[in-house]
Amino acid sequence: MGYGLDFGWLAGAAGAIARGAATTIMLIVVTTLAGTFLSILGAAGRRNGPVLLRQAIGVYVEVMRNTPFLVQLFFIFFGLPSIGIRLDPILAAMLAMTLNMAAYTIEIVGAGLDAVPRGQTEAALALGLRPRQVFVKIVLPQALKVIYPALTSQIIIMMLESAVVSQIAVRELTYEADMLQARTFRAFETYLVVTMVYLVLSMGLRRLLVSGGRRVLGAGVS
Amino acid sequence: MIEFTFWDILRNLLLAARWTVLLSLAAFVGGGVVGMVVLFFRIAENKWSRRIASGYIALFQGTPLLMQLFLMFFGLPMLGLRIEPWTAAALGLTFFASAYLAEIWRSGVDALPRGQWDAGASLGLHYLQELRLIILPQAFSITRAPTVGFLVQLVKSTALTSIIGFEELVRTSNAINNATFEPFKVYGLVALIFFVMCFPLTQYARALERRAAVR
Repeated sequence: MGYGLDFGWLAGAAGAIARGAATTIMLIVVTTLAGTFLSILGAAGRRNGPVLLRQAIGVYVEVMRNTPFLVQLFFIFFGLPSIGIRLDPILAAMLAMTLNMAAYTIEIVGAGLDAVPRGQTEAALALGLRPRQVFVKIVLPQALKVIYPALTSQIIIMMLESAVVSQIAVRELTYEADMLQARTFRAFETYLVVTMVYLVLSMGLRRLLVSGGRRVLGAGVS
Repeated sequence: MIEFTFWDILRNLLLAARWTVLLSLAAFVGGGVVGMVVLFFRIAENKWSRRIASGYIALFQGTPLLMQLFLMFFGLPMLGLRIEPWTAAALGLTFFASAYLAEIWRSGVDALPRGQWDAGASLGLHYLQELRLIILPQAFSITRAPTVGFLVQLVKSTALTSIIGFEELVRTSNAINNATFEPFKVYGLVALIFFVMCFPLTQYARALERRAAVR
């Protein structure tokens, strides 16, 4: 054997790891906001839109859910420029993550909308609210409460999946790890440390989302 | 420069897809075997055994698969094993799958009423017989849909092994793209091939879910 673990490089690398982690967090915040917004539109469109829109959303969901995120990322970053759409790595990453996330959360949000009893809509309409007000003020808050745990899991899965965007040179946590191990020749130790950082991030994110959800949406959110 | 026709590209991608299928199967079978062991620890009476299994599952579900693959790729040589992308890919995906499968099956075991255990015990069966004859068949049967659903996730996850150098569909497509400079067509075809592999499984999982809901 004769291979000893060496973590001497760690002191000088803390800054790079922190910067990478910050970028990872930024990516997931943007993706969560944009993805959730998009999926609310998608889920509503899939239920109330014209037939063609419904079918288009259905196809979109199936295609995104049945192809790997890495291939979607490559398609957006390498493929789109050939039809004239050229994106920065970070923009391509955000777009790919948002589109991927939305495909999963459209189903989740849709399930939440279906779970709100029909009587809620009828009662709100009877009170004279306009259809859009009914959706935004009555149905959506109740749906979000139901789906919050599933949404939380999806956000964390997406955060872990974001490691892949290092492959198009977005300077997030995994990219910094690649750079560090190339400089220190301590590949195993570098990836071990960064894996632990991801573990802390995902556990912290879960705790934050659960406690935040409890405060905003009320008790009963686990 | 070599000219690639559309059929050359498609043929090479399909040949590479064999490795994607093979790796998925190896990881599913391996993950099933290791996942059974994790499941035994997870549902054991002993508190420490349960904790260790929970920690194992949390570790694999809380870290990126890409990191797990890197650790396999760079960690195995330290144990004196000769390293090949195939070994690292198959082992990495096996452990990844075992954590998810164990958790899926554990949910099936937990969903069974306590009376199933008691009935088994009252028939004079010992712990392993209870598991083998009563608990596990029912647990597997009610978790069939999520198990197939996870298989879809596993097939898609094999794409990541291209990054540690395993010559599967995505890595081959990168090479073809570097030669042809037609990323739109090449990655579009790769997505299509993955879709053809995954969509039937997704539909099968849905059918299982519907059947379970009716029952």
